[in-house]
Amino acid sequence: MIPALALLAGVVLGLVLEPTVPALLQPYLPIAVVAALDAVFGAVRAQLDRIFDDRVFVVSFVSNVLVAALVVFLGDQLGVGGQLSTAVVVVLGIRIFSNAAAIRRHLFKA
Amino acid sequence: MSRLRGDAGEPGRPGALRRVLRVGLRPRLRRVDLLVALLLAALGFAAAVQVRSTRVDGVLASARPEDLVRILDDLSGRNDRLRAEVGALTSARERLTSPDADAAALAEADRRAQLLGVLTGTVPAAGPGVLLTIEDPDAGVRAEALLDALEELRAAGAEALQLEGAGADGAAAAVRVVASTSLVDGDAGVQVDGTLLRPPYRYRVVGDSGTLTSALGIPGGVVDTIARVGGKADVQAQDDVQVTAVRDLQQPRYARPAPGG
Repeated sequence: MIPALALLAGVVLGLVLEPTVPALLQPYLPIAVVAALDAVFGAVRAQLDRIFDDRVFVVSFVSNVLVAALVVFLGDQLGVGGQLSTAVVVVLGIRIFSNAAAIRRHLFKA
Repeated sequence: MSRLRGDAGEPGRPGALRRVLRVGLRPRLRRVDLLVALLLAALGFAAAVQVRSTRVDGVLASARPEDLVRILDDLSGRNDRLRAEVGALTSARERLTSPDADAAALAEADRRAQLLGVLTGTVPAAGPGVLLTIEDPDAGVRAEALLDALEELRAAGAEALQLEGAGADGAAAAVRVVASTSLVDGDAGVQVDGTLLRPPYRYRVVGDSGTLTSALGIPGGVVDTIARVGGKADVQAQDDVQVTAVRDLQQPRYARPAPGG
């Protein structure tokens, strides 16, 4: 409940404050958001599997975000930033889908 | 909270939904839970910001590179055109809003027009000079004598002059004498540029009065010549001679200002 409320509060805060994304962060923010979403879906699935661990979640969340940003950064340096961004999004998307499928099976037995 | 938990059916095998609810609703106070909440808040914040910024500059962000190049070309072309227009308008404004340059040019043109007007006889002139009065009781003074006097005056530096006399109707008449002035013998007088003048004649001359007076008075000069034909010439220096007769400006029929002049 508290994490859901925190998520909601973050969304509201982002909409109300309307900050502009610094140019330095612009390529990394969308990837970081997708990586964090992957961590959150994984956490929900772990919760349902009764193997959720706070510390694991925190570490996976942070490392997901950092690794995704690092990969995009490396891609930018190598001149393949766009392609690597796509690759990261695809991989994370697949993981999100599989996690969502597991959650669905837990919740709806289907 | 407790009511929700109490309502749960099948206590031995709680459903997945119930499990989520129970875990989520359990009071949490540990530090790591705060960290989790903080991370999720950050996620929500970042997602909202990203969605918003994507919506703001979505048009260009989703455009293909070729389109972006074309748009950039259009913009820089328009930029160049507008910059050129700005330059032209700025210089036009500079020209229009600097009264000094304008007034100076106008004054200079005016001054030149006045000077040329004095030379061409289109404006009155005044200044020091002499009055040369020629009386002719014996009707012996002809156009030739007057022309001699005129040439002597010009040679002595006359700058503006007019020839006066009695008109055909007896009233005083005056003709501005310029480069093209002609003197022809007429009926009991002289035709000056078509105007008949009768004695007594008077040259009203603006110039250096000393030079003019001595030029007219030299032995065998104008005064002597007039006296020889029975006339009487009188030279009178004056500080302020008014040459008031003017003539219309003649538009040259053939001559045009040469380019580069």
